Amino acid sequence: MIITDTENTAAKVLTKELHCGNKSGRILEKGMKALFFLCACVSVAAVVVICVFMFAKGCPAIAKIGVKEFLLGSDWSPRNVPASYGIFPMIVGSLYCTAGAIIIGVPIGLMTAVFMAKFCPKKLFKWLMPPINLLAGIPSIVYGFFGMVVVVPLIRNVFGGTGNSVLTVSIILGIMILPTIVGMSVSALQAVPDSYYEGAVALGATHERAVATVVFPAAKSGILASVILAVGRAIGETMAVIMIAGNSPIIPESMLDGVRTLTGNIVIEMSYAEGLHYDALIGTGVVLFVFILLLNLCFNLITGRKDKG
Amino acid sequence: MTQPKLQVKNCDLFYGDFQALKNIDLEIQEKEITAFIGPSGCGKSTLLKSLNRMNDLVEGCKITGEFTLDGVNIYKDMEITELRKRVGMVFQKPNLFPMSIYDNIAYGPRTHGIKKKAELDEIVETTLKQACVWDETKDRLKKSALGMSGGQQQRICIARALAVKPEVLLMDEPTSALDPISTIKIEELASELKKNYTIVIVTHNMQQATRISDKTAFFLHGEIVEFDDTHTIFSNPKEHKTLEYITGRFG
Repeated sequence: MIITDTENTAAKVLTKELHCGNKSGRILEKGMKALFFLCACVSVAAVVVICVFMFAKGCPAIAKIGVKEFLLGSDWSPRNVPASYGIFPMIVGSLYCTAGAIIIGVPIGLMTAVFMAKFCPKKLFKWLMPPINLLAGIPSIVYGFFGMVVVVPLIRNVFGGTGNSVLTVSIILGIMILPTIVGMSVSALQAVPDSYYEGAVALGATHERAVATVVFPAAKSGILASVILAVGRAIGETMAVIMIAGNSPIIPESMLDGVRTLTGNIVIEMSYAEGLHYDALIGTGVVLFVFILLLNLCFNLITGRKDKG
Repeated sequence: MTQPKLQVKNCDLFYGDFQALKNIDLEIQEKEITAFIGPSGCGKSTLLKSLNRMNDLVEGCKITGEFTLDGVNIYKDMEITELRKRVGMVFQKPNLFPMSIYDNIAYGPRTHGIKKKAELDEIVETTLKQACVWDETKDRLKKSALGMSGGQQQRICIARALAVKPEVLLMDEPTSALDPISTIKIEELASELKKNYTIVIVTHNMQQATRISDKTAFFLHGEIVEFDDTHTIFSNPKEHKTLEYITGRFG
Protein backbone atom coordinates (compact mmCIF):
# COMPACT_ATOMS: atom_id res chain seq x y z
CA MET A 1 0.00 0.00 0.00
CA ILE A 2 2.81 2.38 0.94
CA ILE A 3 4.49 1.82 -2.39
CA THR A 4 1.26 2.44 -4.25
CA ASP A 5 0.67 5.61 -2.32
CA THR A 6 4.12 6.89 -3.05
CA GLU A 7 3.65 6.04 -6.68
CA ASN A 8 0.36 7.82 -6.76
CA THR A 9 1.85 10.89 -5.20
CA ALA A 10 4.73 10.82 -7.62
CA ALA A 11 2.34 10.44 -10.52
CA LYS A 12 0.25 13.31 -9.23
CA VAL A 13 3.27 15.54 -8.87
CA LEU A 14 4.42 14.62 -12.34
CA THR A 15 0.98 15.22 -13.83
CA LYS A 16 0.78 18.51 -12.02
CA GLU A 17 4.15 19.58 -13.28
CA LEU A 18 3.35 18.57 -16.81
CA HIS A 19 -0.14 19.91 -17.07
CA CYS A 20 -0.61 22.80 -14.73
CA GLY A 21 1.08 25.02 -17.26
CA ASN A 22 3.32 26.83 -14.78
CA LYS A 23 6.78 27.89 -15.75
CA SER A 24 8.76 25.04 -14.25
CA GLY A 25 6.36 22.54 -15.84
CA ARG A 26 6.92 23.99 -19.26
CA ILE A 27 10.65 23.97 -18.81
CA LEU A 28 10.51 20.31 -17.79
CA GLU A 29 8.42 19.52 -20.83
CA LYS A 30 10.85 21.25 -23.15
CA GLY A 31 13.76 19.60 -21.41
CA MET A 32 12.25 16.16 -21.86
CA LYS A 33 11.56 16.87 -25.52
CA ALA A 34 15.17 17.84 -26.01
CA LEU A 35 16.33 14.69 -24.22
CA PHE A 36 14.19 12.45 -26.43
CA PHE A 37 15.41 14.32 -29.49
CA LEU A 38 19.03 13.84 -28.41
CA CYS A 39 18.45 10.11 -27.99
CA ALA A 40 17.04 9.99 -31.49
CA CYS A 41 20.15 11.77 -32.73
CA VAL A 42 22.59 9.23 -31.28
CA SER A 43 22.27 6.67 -34.05
CA VAL A 44 22.16 9.29 -36.76
CA ALA A 45 25.27 10.89 -35.33
CA ALA A 46 26.96 7.49 -35.19
CA VAL A 47 26.31 6.92 -38.88
CA VAL A 48 27.56 10.38 -39.79
CA VAL A 49 30.71 10.04 -37.69
CA ILE A 50 31.47 6.60 -39.14
CA CYS A 51 30.96 7.92 -42.67
CA VAL A 52 33.24 10.88 -42.07
CA PHE A 53 35.90 8.74 -40.43
CA MET A 54 35.88 6.13 -43.17
CA PHE A 55 35.98 8.53 -46.06
CA ALA A 56 38.40 10.99 -44.44
CA LYS A 57 40.84 8.22 -43.56
CA GLY A 58 40.32 5.95 -46.53
CA CYS A 59 39.91 8.24 -49.50
CA PRO A 60 43.33 9.96 -49.31
CA ALA A 61 44.98 6.54 -49.23
CA ILE A 62 42.97 5.38 -52.22
CA ALA A 63 43.93 8.58 -54.04
CA LYS A 64 47.60 8.06 -53.17
CA ILE A 65 47.63 4.48 -54.41
CA GLY A 66 45.50 5.48 -57.41
CA VAL A 67 41.84 4.58 -57.74
CA LYS A 68 42.42 2.23 -60.66
CA GLU A 69 45.43 0.50 -59.09
CA PHE A 70 43.57 0.13 -55.82
CA LEU A 71 40.25 -1.18 -57.13
CA LEU A 72 41.43 -3.14 -60.15
CA GLY A 73 44.96 -4.07 -59.18
CA SER A 74 45.19 -7.81 -58.64
CA ASP A 75 48.34 -7.81 -56.56
CA TRP A 76 48.03 -7.29 -52.83
CA SER A 77 51.52 -7.31 -51.34
CA PRO A 78 51.76 -4.51 -48.80
CA ARG A 79 55.11 -5.72 -47.43
CA ASN A 80 56.94 -5.85 -50.74
CA VAL A 81 59.27 -3.05 -51.78
CA PRO A 82 57.72 -1.26 -53.55
CA ALA A 83 54.43 -2.28 -51.98
CA SER A 84 51.39 -3.08 -54.09
CA TYR A 85 47.85 -2.43 -52.91
CA GLY A 86 45.39 -3.98 -55.35
CA ILE A 87 42.18 -5.19 -53.68
CA PHE A 88 40.55 -6.59 -56.79
CA PRO A 89 40.98 -10.20 -55.55
CA MET A 90 39.14 -9.31 -52.36
CA ILE A 91 36.33 -7.52 -54.22
CA VAL A 92 35.93 -10.55 -56.44
CA GLY A 93 36.19 -12.84 -53.41
CA SER A 94 33.46 -10.99 -51.55
CA LEU A 95 31.21 -10.98 -54.61
CA TYR A 96 31.79 -14.70 -55.26
CA CYS A 97 31.06 -15.66 -51.67
CA THR A 98 27.97 -13.44 -51.52
CA ALA A 99 26.71 -14.78 -54.84
CA GLY A 100 27.31 -18.31 -53.60
CA ALA A 101 25.43 -17.55 -50.38
CA ILE A 102 22.53 -16.19 -52.43
CA ILE A 103 22.46 -19.23 -54.70
CA ILE A 104 22.40 -21.56 -51.70
CA GLY A 105 20.45 -19.49 -49.16
CA VAL A 106 17.76 -17.72 -51.17
CA PRO A 107 15.99 -20.72 -52.75
CA ILE A 108 16.05 -22.65 -49.48
CA GLY A 109 14.96 -19.58 -47.53
CA LEU A 110 12.11 -18.66 -49.86
CA MET A 111 10.79 -22.20 -50.09
CA THR A 112 10.97 -22.46 -46.31
CA ALA A 113 9.10 -19.18 -45.97
CA VAL A 114 6.35 -20.23 -48.38
CA PHE A 115 5.99 -23.53 -46.58
CA MET A 116 5.93 -21.92 -43.15
CA ALA A 117 3.47 -19.21 -44.10
CA LYS A 118 1.07 -21.11 -46.32
CA PHE A 119 1.43 -24.87 -46.00
CA CYS A 120 2.63 -25.56 -42.48
CA PRO A 121 0.02 -26.85 -40.01
CA LYS A 122 -0.28 -24.50 -37.03
CA LYS A 123 0.96 -27.11 -34.59
CA LEU A 124 4.10 -27.75 -36.60
CA PHE A 125 4.71 -24.01 -37.09
CA LYS A 126 5.08 -23.62 -33.34
CA TRP A 127 7.91 -26.16 -33.40
CA LEU A 128 9.62 -25.15 -36.62
CA MET A 129 9.80 -21.37 -36.36
CA PRO A 130 11.78 -20.97 -33.10
CA PRO A 131 14.80 -22.98 -34.32
CA ILE A 132 14.87 -20.92 -37.50
CA ASN A 133 14.85 -17.73 -35.46
CA LEU A 134 17.51 -19.19 -33.20
CA LEU A 135 19.83 -19.44 -36.22
CA ALA A 136 19.94 -15.65 -36.20
CA GLY A 137 21.14 -15.59 -32.62
CA ILE A 138 24.06 -17.99 -32.99
CA PRO A 139 27.34 -16.03 -32.79
CA SER A 140 29.23 -15.97 -36.06
CA ILE A 141 32.30 -17.52 -34.45
CA VAL A 142 30.20 -20.61 -33.81
CA TYR A 143 29.29 -20.77 -37.49
CA GLY A 144 33.02 -20.48 -38.16
CA PHE A 145 33.78 -23.41 -35.86
CA PHE A 146 31.06 -25.47 -37.43
CA GLY A 147 32.46 -24.65 -40.86
CA MET A 148 35.99 -25.53 -39.80
CA VAL A 149 35.18 -28.75 -38.05
CA VAL A 150 32.39 -30.11 -40.25
CA VAL A 151 32.12 -28.42 -43.65
CA VAL A 152 35.81 -27.94 -44.46
CA PRO A 153 36.70 -31.65 -43.99
CA LEU A 154 33.54 -32.62 -45.85
CA ILE A 155 34.45 -30.49 -48.88
CA ARG A 156 38.05 -31.72 -48.69
CA ASN A 157 36.97 -35.36 -48.68
CA VAL A 158 34.31 -35.04 -51.34
CA PHE A 159 35.83 -32.58 -53.81
CA GLY A 160 39.51 -32.55 -52.88
CA GLY A 161 41.64 -29.46 -52.31
CA THR A 162 42.20 -27.95 -48.90
CA GLY A 163 38.54 -27.55 -48.08
CA ASN A 164 39.01 -23.85 -47.36
CA SER A 165 37.14 -22.58 -50.40
CA VAL A 166 34.55 -20.34 -52.00
CA LEU A 167 32.13 -23.26 -51.81
CA THR A 168 32.65 -23.71 -48.06
CA VAL A 169 32.17 -20.01 -47.39
CA SER A 170 29.07 -19.95 -49.58
CA ILE A 171 27.52 -22.85 -47.69
CA ILE A 172 28.13 -21.28 -44.28
CA LEU A 173 26.97 -17.83 -45.41
CA GLY A 174 23.95 -19.42 -47.08
CA ILE A 175 22.97 -20.91 -43.73
CA MET A 176 23.68 -17.67 -41.89
CA ILE A 177 21.32 -15.63 -44.08
CA LEU A 178 18.45 -18.12 -43.78
CA PRO A 179 16.81 -16.61 -40.68
CA THR A 180 16.77 -13.14 -42.24
CA ILE A 181 15.15 -14.39 -45.41
CA VAL A 182 12.72 -16.77 -43.73
CA GLY A 183 11.67 -14.41 -40.95
CA MET A 184 11.02 -11.38 -43.13
CA SER A 185 9.47 -13.34 -45.98
CA VAL A 186 7.10 -15.20 -43.66
CA SER A 187 5.95 -11.83 -42.28
CA ALA A 188 5.54 -10.46 -45.80
CA LEU A 189 3.51 -13.50 -46.88
CA GLN A 190 1.36 -13.41 -43.77
CA ALA A 191 0.69 -9.71 -44.34
CA VAL A 192 -0.96 -10.39 -47.70
CA PRO A 193 -4.71 -9.91 -47.19
CA ASP A 194 -6.64 -13.20 -47.08
CA SER A 195 -9.09 -11.68 -49.54
CA TYR A 196 -6.55 -12.12 -52.35
CA TYR A 197 -6.23 -15.79 -51.55
CA GLU A 198 -9.99 -16.23 -51.24
CA GLY A 199 -10.50 -14.45 -54.55
CA ALA A 200 -8.15 -16.86 -56.24
CA VAL A 201 -9.58 -20.07 -54.81
CA ALA A 202 -13.11 -18.81 -55.48
CA LEU A 203 -12.16 -18.77 -59.17
CA GLY A 204 -11.28 -22.45 -58.97
CA ALA A 205 -7.55 -22.13 -58.34
CA THR A 206 -5.95 -24.82 -56.20
CA HIS A 207 -4.27 -23.84 -52.94
CA GLU A 208 -0.85 -24.23 -54.58
CA ARG A 209 -1.78 -22.08 -57.57
CA ALA A 210 -3.36 -19.37 -55.41
CA VAL A 211 -0.21 -19.17 -53.27
CA ALA A 212 2.19 -19.22 -56.20
CA THR A 213 0.38 -16.84 -58.52
CA VAL A 214 -1.41 -14.43 -56.20
CA VAL A 215 -0.09 -14.47 -52.62
CA PHE A 216 3.61 -14.77 -53.44
CA PRO A 217 3.62 -11.97 -56.06
CA ALA A 218 1.63 -9.76 -53.69
CA ALA A 219 4.39 -10.20 -51.10
CA LYS A 220 7.25 -9.76 -53.51
CA SER A 221 8.49 -6.37 -52.34
CA GLY A 222 8.79 -7.63 -48.77
CA ILE A 223 10.46 -10.79 -50.00
CA LEU A 224 12.92 -8.85 -52.15
CA ALA A 225 13.69 -6.61 -49.20
CA SER A 226 14.51 -9.68 -47.12
CA VAL A 227 16.91 -10.90 -49.79
CA ILE A 228 18.68 -7.54 -49.94
CA LEU A 229 19.10 -7.45 -46.17
CA ALA A 230 20.45 -10.98 -46.34
CA VAL A 231 22.95 -9.97 -49.00
CA GLY A 232 24.07 -7.16 -46.73
CA ARG A 233 24.60 -9.64 -43.96
CA ALA A 234 26.55 -12.01 -46.19
CA ILE A 235 28.86 -9.36 -47.60
CA GLY A 236 29.60 -7.94 -44.17
CA GLU A 237 30.23 -11.24 -42.40
CA THR A 238 33.80 -11.52 -41.15
CA MET A 239 34.55 -13.94 -38.36
CA ALA A 240 32.90 -17.04 -39.73
CA VAL A 241 34.40 -16.35 -43.14
CA ILE A 242 38.07 -15.98 -42.23
CA MET A 243 37.98 -19.28 -40.34
CA ILE A 244 37.08 -21.23 -43.46
CA ALA A 245 38.18 -19.14 -46.45
CA GLY A 246 41.88 -19.86 -46.71
CA ASN A 247 42.43 -16.13 -47.01
CA SER A 248 45.13 -15.94 -49.66
CA PRO A 249 44.69 -12.69 -51.58
CA ILE A 250 44.40 -14.34 -54.98
CA ILE A 251 41.45 -14.33 -57.35
CA PRO A 252 39.87 -17.78 -56.96
CA GLU A 253 39.75 -19.73 -60.21
CA SER A 254 37.27 -22.34 -59.09
CA MET A 255 34.72 -23.00 -56.41
CA LEU A 256 37.32 -25.06 -54.56
CA ASP A 257 40.01 -22.39 -54.42
CA GLY A 258 40.69 -20.42 -51.28
CA VAL A 259 39.44 -16.88 -51.14
CA ARG A 260 39.93 -13.66 -49.18
CA THR A 261 37.03 -11.27 -48.71
CA LEU A 262 37.11 -7.53 -48.10
CA THR A 263 36.21 -8.01 -44.47
CA GLY A 264 38.81 -10.73 -44.08
CA ASN A 265 41.48 -8.49 -45.58
CA ILE A 266 40.88 -5.85 -42.95
CA VAL A 267 40.71 -8.08 -39.91
CA ILE A 268 43.69 -10.24 -40.81
CA GLU A 269 46.17 -7.41 -41.34
CA MET A 270 44.88 -4.60 -39.17
CA SER A 271 46.83 -5.67 -36.11
CA TYR A 272 50.26 -5.16 -37.59
CA ALA A 273 49.66 -2.69 -40.42
CA GLU A 274 51.10 0.80 -40.31
CA GLY A 275 51.43 3.82 -42.57
CA LEU A 276 49.96 3.51 -46.05
CA HIS A 277 49.22 -0.17 -45.47
CA TYR A 278 47.03 0.80 -42.53
CA ASP A 279 45.24 3.44 -44.57
CA ALA A 280 44.80 1.03 -47.48
CA LEU A 281 42.95 -1.32 -45.12
CA ILE A 282 40.63 1.53 -44.18
CA GLY A 283 40.25 2.10 -47.93
CA THR A 284 39.13 -1.52 -48.16
CA GLY A 285 36.56 -0.65 -45.53
CA VAL A 286 35.40 2.27 -47.66
CA VAL A 287 34.76 -0.06 -50.59
CA LEU A 288 32.82 -2.40 -48.35
CA PHE A 289 30.91 0.55 -46.94
CA VAL A 290 29.95 1.71 -50.43
CA PHE A 291 28.60 -1.77 -51.19
CA ILE A 292 26.46 -1.66 -48.05
CA LEU A 293 25.24 1.86 -48.84
CA LEU A 294 24.17 0.73 -52.31
CA LEU A 295 22.34 -2.26 -50.85
CA ASN A 296 20.60 0.01 -48.36
CA LEU A 297 19.58 2.33 -51.16
CA CYS A 298 18.02 -0.62 -53.01
CA PHE A 299 16.31 -1.71 -49.81
CA ASN A 300 14.84 1.76 -49.24
CA LEU A 301 13.71 2.08 -52.83
CA ILE A 302 11.92 -1.26 -52.67
CA THR A 303 10.28 -0.81 -49.29
CA GLY A 304 9.43 2.83 -50.11
CA ARG A 305 7.66 1.72 -53.25
CA LYS A 306 5.65 -0.76 -51.22
CA ASP A 307 4.44 1.94 -48.83
CA LYS A 308 3.27 4.09 -51.70
CA GLY A 309 1.50 1.26 -53.55
CA MET B 1 -41.41 -28.95 -61.46
CA THR B 2 -37.94 -28.82 -62.94
CA GLN B 3 -34.90 -29.88 -61.01
CA PRO B 4 -33.56 -26.97 -58.96
CA LYS B 5 -30.13 -25.62 -59.93
CA LEU B 6 -28.92 -25.78 -56.36
CA GLN B 7 -30.47 -27.78 -53.59
CA VAL B 8 -29.70 -27.89 -49.89
CA LYS B 9 -31.17 -30.65 -47.76
CA ASN B 10 -30.96 -31.01 -44.00
CA CYS B 11 -27.95 -28.81 -43.62
CA ASP B 12 -26.41 -28.27 -40.20
CA LEU B 13 -23.24 -26.22 -39.91
CA PHE B 14 -21.00 -25.79 -36.89
CA TYR B 15 -18.12 -23.43 -36.27
CA GLY B 16 -16.48 -25.33 -33.42
CA ASP B 17 -19.28 -25.71 -30.87
CA PHE B 18 -21.38 -22.92 -32.30
CA GLN B 19 -24.19 -24.01 -34.59
CA ALA B 20 -24.42 -21.41 -37.34
CA LEU B 21 -27.00 -23.16 -39.50
CA LYS B 22 -29.86 -25.35 -38.32
CA ASN B 23 -31.64 -27.81 -40.51
CA ILE B 24 -31.62 -25.77 -43.70
CA ASP B 25 -33.68 -26.90 -46.70
CA LEU B 26 -33.56 -24.74 -49.78
CA GLU B 27 -34.09 -24.98 -53.50
CA ILE B 28 -32.63 -22.40 -55.84
CA GLN B 29 -34.09 -22.28 -59.34
CA GLU B 30 -32.16 -21.67 -62.51
CA LYS B 31 -31.92 -18.14 -63.96
CA GLU B 32 -33.52 -16.47 -61.01
CA ILE B 33 -32.16 -14.14 -58.40
CA THR B 34 -32.52 -15.49 -54.90
CA ALA B 35 -31.92 -13.04 -52.06
CA PHE B 36 -30.90 -13.99 -48.52
CA ILE B 37 -31.97 -11.41 -45.97
CA GLY B 38 -31.82 -11.30 -42.20
CA PRO B 39 -29.99 -9.59 -39.34
CA SER B 40 -26.22 -9.85 -38.88
CA GLY B 41 -25.00 -13.22 -37.69
CA CYS B 42 -28.10 -15.06 -38.83
CA GLY B 43 -26.17 -17.42 -41.08
CA LYS B 44 -27.02 -16.08 -44.52
CA SER B 45 -23.41 -15.49 -45.58
CA THR B 46 -22.46 -18.81 -44.04
CA LEU B 47 -24.97 -20.66 -46.18
CA LEU B 48 -23.84 -18.71 -49.25
CA LYS B 49 -20.25 -19.73 -48.63
CA SER B 50 -21.27 -23.35 -48.24
CA LEU B 51 -22.62 -23.31 -51.77
CA ASN B 52 -19.12 -23.08 -53.27
CA ARG B 53 -17.37 -24.63 -50.29
CA MET B 54 -15.56 -21.48 -49.20
CA ASN B 55 -16.32 -22.60 -45.66
CA ASP B 56 -13.71 -25.30 -46.16
CA LEU B 57 -11.15 -22.57 -45.48
CA VAL B 58 -12.57 -21.91 -42.03
CA GLU B 59 -10.88 -23.93 -39.35
CA GLY B 60 -13.21 -25.98 -37.18
CA CYS B 61 -16.11 -25.74 -39.61
CA LYS B 62 -18.25 -28.88 -39.81
CA ILE B 63 -21.03 -29.30 -42.33
CA THR B 64 -23.63 -32.04 -42.54
CA GLY B 65 -26.49 -32.45 -44.97
CA GLU B 66 -26.64 -32.66 -48.71
CA PHE B 67 -25.71 -29.94 -51.20
CA THR B 68 -26.35 -30.60 -54.85
CA LEU B 69 -25.66 -28.71 -58.05
CA ASP B 70 -27.77 -30.06 -60.93
CA GLY B 71 -28.36 -33.12 -58.76
CA VAL B 72 -24.66 -33.83 -58.12
CA ASN B 73 -23.42 -33.74 -54.53
CA ILE B 74 -20.88 -30.92 -54.39
CA TYR B 75 -19.17 -32.16 -51.23
CA LYS B 76 -18.78 -35.76 -52.35
CA ASP B 77 -18.95 -36.21 -56.09
CA MET B 78 -17.34 -33.08 -57.49
CA GLU B 79 -13.81 -31.68 -57.59
CA ILE B 80 -13.66 -28.50 -55.56
CA THR B 81 -11.99 -26.58 -58.41
CA GLU B 82 -14.70 -27.74 -60.80
CA LEU B 83 -17.36 -26.63 -58.33
CA ARG B 84 -15.85 -23.19 -57.90
CA LYS B 85 -15.51 -22.79 -61.64
CA ARG B 86 -19.23 -23.48 -62.01
CA VAL B 87 -20.27 -21.53 -58.93
CA GLY B 88 -18.52 -18.16 -58.94
CA MET B 89 -18.39 -15.71 -56.10
CA VAL B 90 -18.31 -11.94 -55.62
CA PHE B 91 -17.21 -10.80 -52.19
CA GLN B 92 -18.36 -8.07 -49.87
CA LYS B 93 -15.33 -5.92 -50.49
CA PRO B 94 -13.79 -5.76 -53.95
CA ASN B 95 -10.78 -8.07 -53.78
CA LEU B 96 -8.98 -7.59 -57.05
CA PHE B 97 -5.43 -8.89 -57.13
CA PRO B 98 -2.59 -6.37 -57.12
CA MET B 99 -1.98 -6.82 -60.83
CA SER B 100 -3.31 -5.32 -64.05
CA ILE B 101 -7.01 -5.33 -64.91
CA TYR B 102 -6.27 -7.65 -67.80
CA ASP B 103 -4.39 -10.14 -65.62
CA ASN B 104 -7.16 -10.05 -63.04
CA ILE B 105 -9.79 -11.04 -65.58
CA ALA B 106 -7.47 -13.53 -67.26
CA TYR B 107 -6.58 -15.18 -63.95
CA GLY B 108 -9.58 -17.50 -63.90
CA PRO B 109 -9.38 -18.61 -67.54
CA ARG B 110 -5.62 -19.14 -67.22
CA THR B 111 -6.25 -21.23 -64.12
CA HIS B 112 -8.48 -23.45 -66.17
CA GLY B 113 -5.95 -23.89 -68.92
CA ILE B 114 -6.67 -21.18 -71.48
CA LYS B 115 -3.31 -19.94 -72.74
CA LYS B 116 -3.94 -18.41 -76.17
CA LYS B 117 -3.68 -14.64 -76.13
CA ALA B 118 -6.43 -14.09 -78.71
CA GLU B 119 -8.83 -16.19 -76.68
CA LEU B 120 -7.94 -14.37 -73.46
CA ASP B 121 -8.30 -10.96 -75.14
CA GLU B 122 -11.75 -12.00 -76.27
CA ILE B 123 -12.76 -13.16 -72.78
CA VAL B 124 -11.46 -9.99 -71.14
CA GLU B 125 -13.40 -7.79 -73.52
CA THR B 126 -16.68 -9.70 -73.37
CA THR B 127 -16.73 -10.08 -69.62
CA LEU B 128 -15.85 -6.45 -68.97
CA LYS B 129 -18.64 -5.49 -71.36
CA GLN B 130 -21.00 -7.89 -69.61
CA ALA B 131 -20.11 -6.26 -66.31
CA CYS B 132 -20.70 -2.80 -67.82
CA VAL B 133 -17.23 -1.59 -67.00
CA TRP B 134 -15.59 -1.88 -70.44
CA ASP B 135 -15.76 1.80 -71.34
CA GLU B 136 -13.99 2.80 -68.14
CA THR B 137 -11.30 0.17 -68.44
CA LYS B 138 -10.58 -0.39 -72.11
CA ASP B 139 -7.78 2.19 -72.24
CA ARG B 140 -6.09 1.02 -69.07
CA LEU B 141 -6.26 -2.75 -69.18
CA LYS B 142 -2.54 -3.03 -68.51
CA LYS B 143 -2.65 -0.71 -65.50
CA SER B 144 -3.06 -1.81 -61.91
CA ALA B 145 -6.61 -2.75 -61.06
CA LEU B 146 -6.23 -1.17 -57.63
CA GLY B 147 -6.25 2.31 -59.17
CA MET B 148 -9.96 2.07 -60.00
CA SER B 149 -12.75 3.34 -57.75
CA GLY B 150 -14.53 0.99 -55.36
CA GLY B 151 -17.60 0.65 -57.56
CA GLN B 152 -15.53 0.03 -60.66
CA GLN B 153 -13.43 -2.51 -58.78
CA GLN B 154 -16.54 -4.39 -57.72
CA ARG B 155 -17.79 -4.54 -61.30
CA ILE B 156 -14.36 -5.75 -62.41
CA CYS B 157 -14.66 -8.41 -59.69
CA ILE B 158 -17.95 -9.47 -61.25
CA ALA B 159 -16.28 -9.54 -64.66
CA ARG B 160 -13.48 -11.66 -63.18
CA ALA B 161 -16.02 -14.09 -61.78
CA LEU B 162 -17.83 -14.24 -65.14
CA ALA B 163 -14.58 -14.93 -67.01
CA VAL B 164 -14.56 -18.58 -65.96
CA LYS B 165 -18.08 -18.95 -67.39
CA PRO B 166 -19.85 -19.94 -64.19
CA GLU B 167 -23.44 -21.16 -64.05
CA VAL B 168 -24.19 -19.72 -60.64
CA LEU B 169 -22.99 -16.42 -59.22
CA LEU B 170 -22.90 -15.99 -55.46
CA MET B 171 -22.82 -12.39 -54.26
CA ASP B 172 -22.03 -11.68 -50.63
CA GLU B 173 -23.34 -8.19 -49.86
CA PRO B 174 -21.70 -6.92 -53.03
CA THR B 175 -22.84 -3.34 -52.58
CA SER B 176 -22.40 -2.82 -48.84
CA ALA B 177 -19.06 -1.05 -49.33
CA LEU B 178 -20.28 1.07 -52.25
CA ASP B 179 -21.93 4.44 -52.79
CA PRO B 180 -25.60 4.62 -53.99
CA ILE B 181 -24.77 5.19 -57.65
CA SER B 182 -22.36 2.27 -57.81
CA THR B 183 -24.97 0.24 -55.95
CA ILE B 184 -27.60 0.95 -58.60
CA LYS B 185 -25.15 -0.01 -61.33
CA ILE B 186 -24.42 -3.33 -59.65
CA GLU B 187 -28.14 -3.98 -59.17
CA GLU B 188 -28.88 -3.27 -62.81
CA LEU B 189 -26.03 -5.52 -63.72
CA ALA B 190 -27.40 -8.34 -61.56
CA SER B 191 -30.82 -8.03 -63.19
CA GLU B 192 -29.18 -8.14 -66.60
CA LEU B 193 -27.03 -11.17 -65.72
CA LYS B 194 -30.11 -13.08 -64.57
CA LYS B 195 -30.86 -13.94 -68.20
CA ASN B 196 -27.84 -16.22 -68.33
CA TYR B 197 -26.90 -16.96 -64.76
CA THR B 198 -28.43 -18.18 -61.55
CA ILE B 199 -27.72 -15.58 -58.90
CA VAL B 200 -27.78 -15.84 -55.12
CA ILE B 201 -27.29 -12.56 -53.31
CA VAL B 202 -26.88 -11.85 -49.62
CA THR B 203 -28.02 -8.38 -48.70
CA HIS B 204 -28.64 -6.24 -45.69
CA ASN B 205 -30.65 -3.88 -47.81
CA MET B 206 -34.29 -4.96 -48.04
CA GLN B 207 -35.06 -2.49 -50.80
CA GLN B 208 -32.32 -4.12 -52.77
CA ALA B 209 -33.94 -7.51 -52.31
CA THR B 210 -37.32 -6.17 -53.48
CA ARG B 211 -35.75 -4.38 -56.44
CA ILE B 212 -33.82 -7.25 -57.94
CA SER B 213 -34.74 -10.64 -56.55
CA ASP B 214 -37.35 -13.18 -57.60
CA LYS B 215 -37.23 -15.25 -54.43
CA THR B 216 -36.28 -14.23 -50.94
CA ALA B 217 -35.23 -16.30 -47.95
CA PHE B 218 -35.48 -14.73 -44.52
CA PHE B 219 -32.90 -16.03 -42.05
CA LEU B 220 -32.97 -15.76 -38.28
CA HIS B 221 -30.64 -17.44 -35.76
CA GLY B 222 -29.33 -19.91 -38.32
CA GLU B 223 -32.74 -20.99 -39.59
CA ILE B 224 -34.74 -20.10 -42.65
CA VAL B 225 -37.90 -18.60 -41.24
CA GLU B 226 -39.58 -18.11 -44.55
CA PHE B 227 -38.74 -18.68 -48.21
CA ASP B 228 -41.06 -17.53 -50.95
CA ASP B 229 -41.50 -15.20 -53.91
CA THR B 230 -40.00 -11.85 -53.05
CA HIS B 231 -43.33 -10.20 -53.70
CA THR B 232 -45.08 -12.45 -51.20
CA ILE B 233 -42.39 -12.06 -48.54
CA PHE B 234 -42.57 -8.30 -48.63
CA SER B 235 -46.31 -7.82 -49.11
CA ASN B 236 -47.89 -10.73 -47.41
CA PRO B 237 -45.48 -12.73 -45.22
CA LYS B 238 -46.82 -15.81 -43.52
CA GLU B 239 -44.58 -15.67 -40.49
CA HIS B 240 -44.91 -13.03 -37.83
CA LYS B 241 -41.12 -12.73 -37.43
CA THR B 242 -40.72 -11.94 -41.12
CA LEU B 243 -43.28 -9.18 -40.87
CA GLU B 244 -41.53 -7.74 -37.85
CA TYR B 245 -38.17 -7.78 -39.63
CA ILE B 246 -39.27 -6.28 -42.93
CA THR B 247 -41.18 -3.53 -41.18
CA GLY B 248 -38.02 -2.68 -39.28
CA ARG B 249 -39.09 -3.69 -35.80
CA PHE B 250 -35.78 -5.50 -35.17
CA GLY B 251 -32.55 -6.40 -36.90
